[in-house]
Amino acid sequence: MTSVAPVPRLIEQFERGLDAPICLTWELTYACNLACVHCLSSSGKRDPRELSTDQCKAIIDELERMQVFYVNIGGGEPTVRPDFWELVDYATAHHVGVKFSTNGVRITAEVAERLAASDYVDVQISLDGATADVNDAVRGAGSFDMAIRALENLAAAGFTDAKISVVVTRHNVGQLDDFKALADQYGATLRITRLRPSGRGADVWDELHPTSEQQIELYNWLVAKGDRVLTGDSFFHLSGLGAPGALSGLNMCGAGRVVCLIDPIGDVYACPFAIHDRFLAGNILSDTVDGSGGFDNVWKNSALFTELRKPQSAGACGSCGHYDACRGGCMAAKFFTGLPLDGPDPECVEGYGASALAGERDKPRPRDDHSRGKPVMLTLERPPAKPCNESPV
Amino acid sequence: MRGLLTVPAHAVGDSSADDPVFEPSSSWRLHPQVAVRPEPFGALLYHFGTRKLSFLKNTTILAVIESLGDHADVASALAAAGVEADQQAPYLHALSVLVASNMLVPKESS
Repeated sequence: MTSVAPVPRLIEQFERGLDAPICLTWELTYACNLACVHCLSSSGKRDPRELSTDQCKAIIDELERMQVFYVNIGGGEPTVRPDFWELVDYATAHHVGVKFSTNGVRITAEVAERLAASDYVDVQISLDGATADVNDAVRGAGSFDMAIRALENLAAAGFTDAKISVVVTRHNVGQLDDFKALADQYGATLRITRLRPSGRGADVWDELHPTSEQQIELYNWLVAKGDRVLTGDSFFHLSGLGAPGALSGLNMCGAGRVVCLIDPIGDVYACPFAIHDRFLAGNILSDTVDGSGGFDNVWKNSALFTELRKPQSAGACGSCGHYDACRGGCMAAKFFTGLPLDGPDPECVEGYGASALAGERDKPRPRDDHSRGKPVMLTLERPPAKPCNESPV
Repeated sequence: MRGLLTVPAHAVGDSSADDPVFEPSSSWRLHPQVAVRPEPFGALLYHFGTRKLSFLKNTTILAVIESLGDHADVASALAAAGVEADQQAPYLHALSVLVASNMLVPKESS
């Protein structure tokens, strides 16, 4: 087998960008019935500029043409959009599979039946504690019961393989086995992802992100028991903790290369955790090149994505032996903690992030805040000042 | 050499006794629920039923897979794509992995 031309590493191919994203997140609305303290999109109130049903369908048509095989739909709480099920049906009828994230508010027994009958819809129920006290401290009172009710309805309807989606925090990292047991109980798959300091998460990241000891605990758990656990490949910043390849998945930042976000008003960002002008590639409705616009144009021609697809500087990490493993970590985590993009991740396994965090830094604010007043758990709730400040449900 | 195919670890399902075993002497084709998206490096394969995503890492393996159904056996598909006899091993391995993950199915099962 000496005569076959060498195949470049896939990761190098991906860093140059693909003709269409592999993993596309689409947030359909900023409206949400909850007010989670770490919401990456600072959701709460609907934005009056949100895309219409027809505009959403036009995007789905385009995704079908680009062969984006599936979209991860989120929000906000996407199911509170009155046309949510219509859009799900439209997408699956046009060869765009749907995986949607929900807090479970609309997953009634009836909806669960309908979902069980569909071949191309995946459901991800968000849960940030394996117990109500740990979960509700972050997601709000009653949110644990709501998520469990949704899981029960799905299981009773025969919906197989729902996902339980957990953002790993300082308070739930010790519950990983409990989450796994909960998933097994409902015939679901556990998905755990990294807490990012994005959106309202910027305000709570310092107190919620796992400690360096917990990162090691998390890494060891993933290596030992992570076989059947999904991670969205989001823990690549930890891959330097062990042998290359011990952490399965694509260990790279896919922002603008294989990943991006479409937000509720048609703005395209490099990744779901980067809702900020600095990572805004363009708008699906207003940006055109030579008369043609849409998502395809932004994906292929935006200045930001073109820049991200060029070789990136390792910067301060260039001399670190782990650079090939973590590739400098998460761009959004660095940006929103006020660290330079060409330096270590705030959760760098060598501890370079911790020392950088201890220094002088200026944390950028998120672009837009759709929060309804203060997040629910940080202060007592006050009556809404305006009618639109009430829960959309 | 590096492999011709990358299958994410979580994408490999449980094997069962009913699963077909890769046989180079028979004819194979893409599962009807599998879509192929060509890319500069090769292609993405996506199975709408199992939600599995795989990456074909050069254009030759892509050509092999796209023409498999037109050939009576794997050897003739490989030959038609220009794979020399002494280069077949990585291709046969990639095809067996795709069979194990249900991306390829026996042609007669259509």
